[in-house]
Amino acid sequence: MTHLRPLTATLAALALGGGLSACTENAPAGDAAGGEGRALSVSSTSDACEVSAEEAPAGTLTFDVTNAGDEVTEFYLLAEDGLRIVAEVENVGPNLSRQLVVDAPAGEYVTVCKPGMVGEGIRSAFTVTPSDEEVVVSADEQQLVDTAETSYQAYVQDQSDQLVVGTEAFVAAYTSGDDDRAREIYPEARTHWERIETVAESFGDLDPQMDAREADLEPGQAWTGWHLLEKDLWPQRAQGYTPLTEAERARYAGKLMDDTETLDSRLGEMEFTVDQIANGSRGLLEEVATGKVTGEEEYWSRTDLYDFQANVDGARVGFEGVEPLLQEKDPELAAQLDLRFTDLQDLLDEQRRGDGFVGYDEVPAGEVKQLADAVNALSEPLSRLTAAVLA
Amino acid sequence: MVRGVSRRGLLGGGAAAVGLAGAYGLGRVEDPATGAAGAGEERYPFRGEHQAGIVTPAQDRLHFAAFDVTTDSRDELVALLQLWTAAAERMTGGGPAGPVGPVEGAADLPPDDTGEAIGLPASGLTLTFGFGPGLFRDAGGTDRFGLADRQPASLQDLPHFPGDQLVGRRTGGDLCVQACAQDPQVAVHAIRNLARIGFGTVAIRWSQLGFGRTSSTTAAQDTPRNLFGFKDGTANVRAEDDTALGEHVWVGADDDAAGSWLAGGSYLVARRINMTIETWDRQTLAEQEGIVGRAKGTGAPLSGGEETTPPDFAMPGSNDQPVIPVDAHVRVVHPSSNGGAQMLRRGYNFVDGTNELGGLDAGLFFLAFVRDPATDFVPVQLAMARSDALMEYLKVTGSALFAVPPGVGEGEHVGQALFT
Repeated sequence: MTHLRPLTATLAALALGGGLSACTENAPAGDAAGGEGRALSVSSTSDACEVSAEEAPAGTLTFDVTNAGDEVTEFYLLAEDGLRIVAEVENVGPNLSRQLVVDAPAGEYVTVCKPGMVGEGIRSAFTVTPSDEEVVVSADEQQLVDTAETSYQAYVQDQSDQLVVGTEAFVAAYTSGDDDRAREIYPEARTHWERIETVAESFGDLDPQMDAREADLEPGQAWTGWHLLEKDLWPQRAQGYTPLTEAERARYAGKLMDDTETLDSRLGEMEFTVDQIANGSRGLLEEVATGKVTGEEEYWSRTDLYDFQANVDGARVGFEGVEPLLQEKDPELAAQLDLRFTDLQDLLDEQRRGDGFVGYDEVPAGEVKQLADAVNALSEPLSRLTAAVLA
Repeated sequence: MVRGVSRRGLLGGGAAAVGLAGAYGLGRVEDPATGAAGAGEERYPFRGEHQAGIVTPAQDRLHFAAFDVTTDSRDELVALLQLWTAAAERMTGGGPAGPVGPVEGAADLPPDDTGEAIGLPASGLTLTFGFGPGLFRDAGGTDRFGLADRQPASLQDLPHFPGDQLVGRRTGGDLCVQACAQDPQVAVHAIRNLARIGFGTVAIRWSQLGFGRTSSTTAAQDTPRNLFGFKDGTANVRAEDDTALGEHVWVGADDDAAGSWLAGGSYLVARRINMTIETWDRQTLAEQEGIVGRAKGTGAPLSGGEETTPPDFAMPGSNDQPVIPVDAHVRVVHPSSNGGAQMLRRGYNFVDGTNELGGLDAGLFFLAFVRDPATDFVPVQLAMARSDALMEYLKVTGSALFAVPPGVGEGEHVGQALFT
């Protein structure tokens, strides 16, 4: 469990009807998208939403949104029906400006400022006139998007199914007192959690119940989940540890099983957009950098490298899912990411033992440094993936 | 040419500052907008005959970083030096690390500058780049980048000196960057952003923060004090002394056939010298002055006079001993005791918190630029290790040697002569 940005926070924000055709950005100064009427300004106050023009030629439009009111505001470009969001910029604080850049084909639209971020907002009609710069999402690209989204959804569900099966086996061994078997299954079952960690931990109620480390607890917070059982199975680093009783084992293991099934049913209903997939890939590498390469995640069992591999697996699946899109837009970045995933995997492979990995404490400090260097080398270009895919 | 926008807004000075490079190669470049250098506004041109940060008047703050090269590709290495050159030129001009800026870019991308220097002036930032022995051959002798036949003979790992207690993670490195500035945040910002640009090609091996320059490199600067409380660097090679610079700092065109690319450059010796502060502080004033060979207050040699008076090592004292003791630091390291060896020292004090026993993890981060470490540094260090009374209070915990290529010309990247 970590305190990185949960995926749910971006769910609503990214439910873009137009999907690929919209993105918010602050364009470099002096690089404004349209000299011929495509650069617009918007002034949002508590009772007005002044757009500098009522129409613009089709192409890349830039709305410079300034909040001249005293409440946080939002600006939307809606489709003609006034429902579908074509593009939006959120969280514009008083006295601040944000840019919204959007590729808009010809048609009728609605502009909306939403001071206070509630209600219908202040609406006006907006027209985009035909021009020779019209941009359309090609059928091919839409197909790539659809494929990426569908296959990632399938991946998440498959990992979730396997997590249920693995957890069942773990719980059975653990509650029957077969600790050796439980210790074998522990890192393998958790692999399926770690592969989809950024998605799994997006449920703020389940994540602390299932994956909290002892050091994460607030005073008075009850400790449950994987790491409590981990400590019970590997108490060597604990001082004056009292093993859990048979009844406690049954209770905590049963709760973990219940939570896993709840998670599975929720994941079955989730859908993912390409930017969520790309952000998830980056997020998994952040998990590696903050918790795995440092040996903090599996404090008792020292099985951090299993989690490390699982995070990298998940990040790679996310990347490869959007790679065909990336090949269209930034093949150089695609090649660099491919190479650096391979470099990192080569280093991880050196730490394999049998079907799994050596314990974290067995990795020499110099090799931990090499792993950390490779994680940095991959994470830096990976931080540009989402923007590149949406470009 | 890459021209950055000043973090303090457009001063319109980018071109003017570069144009002045020849005339102000050593000195302070004034803010062309006002004609006067305000606090922190001084800027030094990145390009010139020699790299800045050597004879530049020593700034107050340091962040020094040594890097391992992690790629096997010569092209990637050269590409990094090009990116570093562009970023260094922008940052030393008071601009951001990247071409876009910390808040000017796309909202859905990480900014290409990390932002902690927003609003801060150039602060006299200099960035000085060096190449370690490992760039030419790895520990197994393998020629990593097709550079082995261009390795200067003197660019070798320094020998083990008595008293060295080197810590691996503070020693060596394939590349180095010395960032000096009047503002520590500006120096740290520079290293942080260069390291970020380098991810995947290089990785930081170690880095060191320093404060309070311990040497003056121009005649106009006061001699500062080290953490022993003594003036340090009184007998330094100065920026104004062209003869001494030519003899002891700049590598000559004919010094080394393999290393001809280094002509106009220098060697940088870095030594992390821990001081056992607490023990030192218990020595009497007379003992401290005897160990150093100078008066603690004025810095004058114990043979008398003022700070800059040459020491008279023959002057007799009581008990048939010279007044400057035979094992006094000033005598042991003096050029007259070392065949005329001299260096341009540019070190900084450091305090990295406390050690496990509660003592200060403190000392001198010794930096010196020499024409040839074999003649201007190694003999002096050996003499110190052998017979300097100061050694009882010193422990060398880090050590590295780098070849510092000459200055970067227009359109070039740093160290370009090595790769062509």
